Amino acid sequence: MPETTPKISVRGLRKSFGHKIVLDGIDIDVGVGESLVVIGGSGTGKSVMVKCILGLLEPDGGEVKIDGQATGGRHRVPLEKFGMLFQGAALFDSLLVWENVAFGLIQGRGMERSQAKRVALDKLAAVGLGPEVGELRPAELSGGMQKRVALARAIAAEPEIIVFDEPTTGLDPIMSDVINDLIIKCVRDLGATAISITHDMASTRKIADRVAMIYKGKIIWSGDVASMEHSENAFVDQFIHGRADGPIQMEVRAH
Amino acid sequence: MLDFLAAVGRVFLGFLVATGRFAIFTFSAISHCVRPPVYLRLVLRQIVDIGYYSLPVVGLTAIFTGMVLALQTNTGFARFQAQGAVATVVALSMTRELGPVIAALMVAGRIGAAIAAEIGTMRVTDQIDAMTTLSTNPFKYLVVPRVVAGVATLPVLVLVADIIGVFGGFLVATYKLGFNPSGYIGQTADNLRSDDVVSGLIKAAVFGFIVTIMGCYFGYHSRGGAQGVGAATTYAVVSASIMVLLVDYLLTSVLF
Repeated sequence: MPETTPKISVRGLRKSFGHKIVLDGIDIDVGVGESLVVIGGSGTGKSVMVKCILGLLEPDGGEVKIDGQATGGRHRVPLEKFGMLFQGAALFDSLLVWENVAFGLIQGRGMERSQAKRVALDKLAAVGLGPEVGELRPAELSGGMQKRVALARAIAAEPEIIVFDEPTTGLDPIMSDVINDLIIKCVRDLGATAISITHDMASTRKIADRVAMIYKGKIIWSGDVASMEHSENAFVDQFIHGRADGPIQMEVRAH
Repeated sequence: MLDFLAAVGRVFLGFLVATGRFAIFTFSAISHCVRPPVYLRLVLRQIVDIGYYSLPVVGLTAIFTGMVLALQTNTGFARFQAQGAVATVVALSMTRELGPVIAALMVAGRIGAAIAAEIGTMRVTDQIDAMTTLSTNPFKYLVVPRVVAGVATLPVLVLVADIIGVFGGFLVATYKLGFNPSGYIGQTADNLRSDDVVSGLIKAAVFGFIVTIMGCYFGYHSRGGAQGVGAATTYAVVSASIMVLLVDYLLTSVLF
């Protein structure tokens, strides 16, 4: 059986900030059309890993390949293949909602504003928002609506890879489920590869094909979402059940 | 003793790192200014923000500066019976020094702070990273339009400040100090050369660059939420103001 090239391949990825080692040799592959969810506690390096893959941070060592092509150094990350939903939505305050969604089309791809606006309104409709929302400012939207707009922006250019950074953080359970459904729908419609980072286990169980857990800068477990519940890994078990007792000790200092 | 030397060394190395980072940022900004694409629409918007909306504050400071200058010059020169030189001193002081410096300091307070706060907020809320993932270079989109607009606009503001400042001196001289209006205007016109004005405009363009690049630099590198953005804003205004005065001395010694 021929071996297929992973959409994203990460080998030995290392990143430190001063003396603090955040990524300590991450190895992971994401297959074409696969939805990988990376779980792990706060400050374990999930966002840093994603930013290194996107080229937003320069890794100290290791290799990232997209479609078998090395990135980093002299090799540009093919950002046109990516869409990203940021944790805080990261919408541009100074632009209207539709201009936010169309931003990558107008500035990045040189599309005419009128044509880009039509695409933006279509994408807003795909995430359940009417055209009237397009004329509002991001500050006029609720947190859930901002996440939807950010999702519309992430899929506007029909990327091959979509990255979701804490897509349901700060949302109520119902809105979280709405966002999860939209993520599944958008990824399926585009046939995209998805990487999500989260510590929301309900979201993980819903959107993941495969799960990887990061702890102290390393991937300590990965497997199918179905096998996560009986991973026989004490770290994973403690994390997915949210128990204070276990091998993961939170660094809490009394003052 | 060793601890003291280590502390001094750390401060010095920190200074070198900051200087190097600022130099790289500045060269990068300049190189992006001369390479396409240039977002003309954004440049025009910044010209309006920096130029048009700064006119009232620059105009007000210029007119009061010209008025005070006429009063003080007249008082000082009266000791030597040299009041006849008041018009010349006001015109030369405004065009060569006070017009450019005062306009630059006002713009540093108004625009430098706004640039640092806006870009700093974009940095700490991941908007700059978002821009990068949308295949848009933040330098081209955020830094270049502001720097180009600053360099293009400040000379115009200074020209307006020069005119208003000289007019302020004229008002005080003629209405309060009893100077002959036509004589005052004639003396101003006779003694003011074009290179007096041009040198001030050259300074203004340099100051426009300093104010905008400082705002962009500190905003772009701000960290740590609202406190970080506040600190970036303060650094931008203070550094730009000091740099304006330092570069003013250097340019004056070169130009005159």
